[in-house]
Amino acid sequence: MSAATPIQLNVNGANLTVTVQPMKRLLDVLREDLHLTGTKEGCGEGECGSCSVRMNGDLVNSCLVPVLQAASTNIETVEGLARDGILHPLQQAFLQCGGAQCGICTPGMLMAAKHLLAYNPHPTMAEIREGLAGNLCRCTGFMRIFESVLSAARSTTQETHAR
Amino acid sequence: MRGNAAEHELVAPGSLPAVLDLLAGAPGQWTPIAGGTELMVAFAAGRLTASKLVSLWGVEELRFFDTSPDKLIIGAGTTFSDLRSNPIVAADFPLLDKAASWIGSIANQTRATLGGNLVNGSPAADSSPALLVYDAEIELISVRGKRCIPYREFHTGYKQNAMTADELLYAVHLPRRFANHRQYLRKVGTRRAMAISKVALGATALLKDGAIERIRVAAASLAPFPARLGKTEAALLGHRLNPSLIETARNALLAEAQPIDDIRSNAQYRKSVGANLLEEFLRALLSESAAK
Amino acid sequence: MSTPAKNRIVGTSVPRKEGVDKLRGTARYIDDIQREGMWHGATVRSAVPRGFIRSIGFDRKIDWSEFGVVTAADIPGENHIQMIVADQPCLADGQVNHCEEAILLIAHPDKHKVREAVDAVHVEYDLLPPVFSIEESENQQTVIWGADNCFKSFQLEKGDVDSVWSHATHIVGGEYRTGAQEHLYIENNGVIAEYSVETGVTVWGSLQCPFYAHKSLLAVFNLPPEKVRVIQTETGGAFGGKEDYPSVIASHAALLAMKCGHPVKMVYDRVEDLAATTKRHPSRVRHRTALDANGKLLAMDIDIATDGGAYSTLSSTVLSRATLHSPGPYVCPNVRIRSHAWATNTVPYGAFRGFGAPQTVFAVERHMDEIAASINIDPIELRRRNFIHEGETTATEQLMREPIILDKLLGRALVESNYYNKRAEFAKENSGSAIKRGMGIAAFYHGSGFTGSGERYLNSLAGIDVTAEGKVRVLVSSTEFGQGTNTVLTQVAAEILGVEYDDVIMAPPDTGIVPNSGPTVASRTAMVIGRLIERASQQLLSMLREQASLPEQFSRQQFFAACEQLRKKAGEVVSLCRYEAPPDIFWDDQKYRGEAYPAYGWSVQIAQVAVDTVTYSAEVEEFWSAQEAGRVIHPILATGQIEGGIAQGIGYALYEKVVLQNGRMANNQMTNYIMPTAEDVPPIHVFWEELPFGHGGFGAKGIGELPHDGPAPAILNAIRDAIGVSFNSIPLLPEDLFAKLSIAPKVEEPASV
Repeated sequence: MSAATPIQLNVNGANLTVTVQPMKRLLDVLREDLHLTGTKEGCGEGECGSCSVRMNGDLVNSCLVPVLQAASTNIETVEGLARDGILHPLQQAFLQCGGAQCGICTPGMLMAAKHLLAYNPHPTMAEIREGLAGNLCRCTGFMRIFESVLSAARSTTQETHAR
Repeated sequence: MRGNAAEHELVAPGSLPAVLDLLAGAPGQWTPIAGGTELMVAFAAGRLTASKLVSLWGVEELRFFDTSPDKLIIGAGTTFSDLRSNPIVAADFPLLDKAASWIGSIANQTRATLGGNLVNGSPAADSSPALLVYDAEIELISVRGKRCIPYREFHTGYKQNAMTADELLYAVHLPRRFANHRQYLRKVGTRRAMAISKVALGATALLKDGAIERIRVAAASLAPFPARLGKTEAALLGHRLNPSLIETARNALLAEAQPIDDIRSNAQYRKSVGANLLEEFLRALLSESAAK
Repeated sequence: MSTPAKNRIVGTSVPRKEGVDKLRGTARYIDDIQREGMWHGATVRSAVPRGFIRSIGFDRKIDWSEFGVVTAADIPGENHIQMIVADQPCLADGQVNHCEEAILLIAHPDKHKVREAVDAVHVEYDLLPPVFSIEESENQQTVIWGADNCFKSFQLEKGDVDSVWSHATHIVGGEYRTGAQEHLYIENNGVIAEYSVETGVTVWGSLQCPFYAHKSLLAVFNLPPEKVRVIQTETGGAFGGKEDYPSVIASHAALLAMKCGHPVKMVYDRVEDLAATTKRHPSRVRHRTALDANGKLLAMDIDIATDGGAYSTLSSTVLSRATLHSPGPYVCPNVRIRSHAWATNTVPYGAFRGFGAPQTVFAVERHMDEIAASINIDPIELRRRNFIHEGETTATEQLMREPIILDKLLGRALVESNYYNKRAEFAKENSGSAIKRGMGIAAFYHGSGFTGSGERYLNSLAGIDVTAEGKVRVLVSSTEFGQGTNTVLTQVAAEILGVEYDDVIMAPPDTGIVPNSGPTVASRTAMVIGRLIERASQQLLSMLREQASLPEQFSRQQFFAACEQLRKKAGEVVSLCRYEAPPDIFWDDQKYRGEAYPAYGWSVQIAQVAVDTVTYSAEVEEFWSAQEAGRVIHPILATGQIEGGIAQGIGYALYEKVVLQNGRMANNQMTNYIMPTAEDVPPIHVFWEELPFGHGGFGAKGIGELPHDGPAPAILNAIRDAIGVSFNSIPLLPEDLFAKLSIAPKVEEPASV
């Protein structure tokens, strides 16, 4: 009924074309067509945030984005955080502060944290809580995650947050 | 994941005229999809019956703020993030700013649109009580032209509205005359974030010499659709604000409200909390005016 | 026991062993994995809670020849899931006993077609009257399981309870209820299975206990142990929800693989996982307590009832732990505990962090506050007067031989929370405020490791080997699912062997490679398996000294060189150890008397709660937890476990409700099953007191479950403190507060201190 159509995306800096049905979820395109399995599905309802990616600089739940609406946008996923094998300050902070336990919420959490710090480099605790409220973590109770974000906010500079 | 992308046609004509032509050409056949925060949930659950969808995402003519001295016009394609970062919304319509912050999470706010929230028409819609107490008007558009109706006439039943099969919700008009009104909006959900409303209450009021000169009260989840509480307003309008009036207003709300029992809450609770919220607002008004 | 003085690796917060992969998004969870030629599987489930299957119709709009279809008739071995009692069918055969019970399985290469096919199967039932509650089950008017609906019962007696009532100064009764709770791991259950006549069954999956699934598959397929292989993949949260359930989904996927001749992936979506998999047992606990004039406990008569759902699964062991935790951390000369696990026509309940203890700790700690109010003693003082100490005996007459520092933990919690000042402040402010605040406390223990002779029965085998590439491998079937198994066990090995943390890796959690060190449950890993790794490491050093000239003081290089020397001699470098029970462990399984647990973690928790009288919502504003669990091997991991357990406990108390309609979970969506978000969790303050435990790995005792036992009673005690009204049932939602408050007279003053 619905034919596959070429859709152009820029994912983590790379220009790509996928030929898929327009209604296919961005989440599924990332995981199945582009084999970027870092982004996870936890609920399919936009409640858990484990599918969070950035689309043209906006944090979105990729399970709620039909890929047609992502056409010609810049998508950032967790796979794009580390550069040349060097962890992003957020990833380093999570590692040091115990921000990841089972790790399934972690990719989405990192994207939400990155999004937060991109707009608000020195967030208050209340702002961190709000920024991460859309990302459910069942393991940590969030405390170590808050620590991790605060730690990343304190560390280095403009350059890293602008990425 | 129970949806099948192969079973749904999704087109993105890109411009407003093209979308309207499509709707006019096959009235009732095309379901507009904006940010997808409702429809994609239905899709994943295998419940999306719409087989033809037309994307409003990226239709720039729908995503705008038009500011004039007495009005703010907000395009239906405006997201809740857009609303939260607009200075006129923050200054003149703080209740709408507040409501926008309640939508889902940051990731939902970047995609959920004002138009989508209203057209979805849930009785629990987050933006509705604020719009109702701000005397919003809804502008509808089709190939036949534009028309405006008061927002309080937009919802006609449970998940039913006044739009015709070829119409699109184009914009929301907000009169900039509430700066001197006392304003209140509170939502009661299952938790602090990512919560569907159990009940919410909005109100704007103008007091003169201790009496209520103007009053708007609206609620979520106290009726089959977002609605003004007309009888409660009538019980308050023109009267002197005092503890006895507060009691009268509570009782008027309790009598007027028609909430339901559902998976999230029950009618008794919703009604009683609705009355408590009204009381909270009126007590604040009372102590403010006493302080003067 | 090894000297902890060095703290070179143990006791430090090294980076999580698998942390980098998790942070980079390269860790591979089951749904990230594909196998060549893989099909997708799905399950047709019962729409009714109890009935005979009259017919199964296959809609002709589907070309069924494309599909693999499995029914009970296809099962080569036994149609049951092997847990404790073999009563749970792998697939329903003629009768269903709960909504969502698996009836048949379907596989196809196209996952969309599988879903269409599931919807195209039409099952007709002849309904039978269902039983939905503990009360209905125990009155036995309708018998749905065995002869009397009772999965298991215990009776435990110490002293002579009945001799006390007539002369006790105070007698206080109470009834306490807890609801079901869903694990809500962010990764749903999922497996991939392969089958061939030559190799047998291979299953990869999100699971806690590879050997549990292994055992169950042996029975379903009637295969010898070497023909079944289970491999754990990176697991996105478990909390007990992947202890017993994976045996079900693994069997299903493997049967489909056998039938269709292709690998089969079965991954549930959230609505299915919520509706169809295990949850925490609901409970009803009744207390009747006698005290003397000074508030000292004279007798405790406790009646425990759990709802086990339609099949027994782990109900007997959950009931055991519930029973043994029900008297609380108190000394009492006369105790009687009667407990029953009842069958109902609901989805079988299973393991969940705490495993019966959260239920009965809720009851006893709420009850202590009710006693305090009733006899007019400060709830803190009441506890202090009754705390058990070293040298005293428990309800099972276990002599507490290890030091118990409950008083110290209590003192610490009171100081850190500023408990008395806050209560005084709130008492003043509350009358003038719509928000009423209160403080509440819970004191409790959690037994580490399996009950009684359980660890002996498990007879765990674990150890290490050294690869030719120069890596030490930890050989255990204990799995990582966020709680830190990989990190802690590698720390232990690295510390003893004198090598670097990065020199030690975990062997793949593959039943074909690792020995059976038992399940990853019961807070046993750091303590029991850590100790085995300690011993195995020491054993390897002895072997190297004897056979490979390793000197007394050695460097890392010398260690590896000696290993290579040993490899030339022996062909391999491996050291395994079996579990050795600590001396003087005596347990009578019939009378339920003796050493119930080899070790106990102790904790005192305090909650500060605000009740909003406009919305009837209670929120935890701040939370403090002091605990003693032996030696802390990894401070950040350990604290993370406490914080996570507390957050789940807060959910258990105030947010998480399983709404059943006709025995089916009606709120089976994340939108409607509510866990606290980042905006809801309060600041959580964690304080450790360390007392090394002689029989634990590096002195560690278990911590995984301990923190989930206290929050619910502490929170409801705080609510009582705030508004003077007792609530004895959880989850306590605003609607429940409203229901009670709207009919109650004006709220009473809190009991005077």
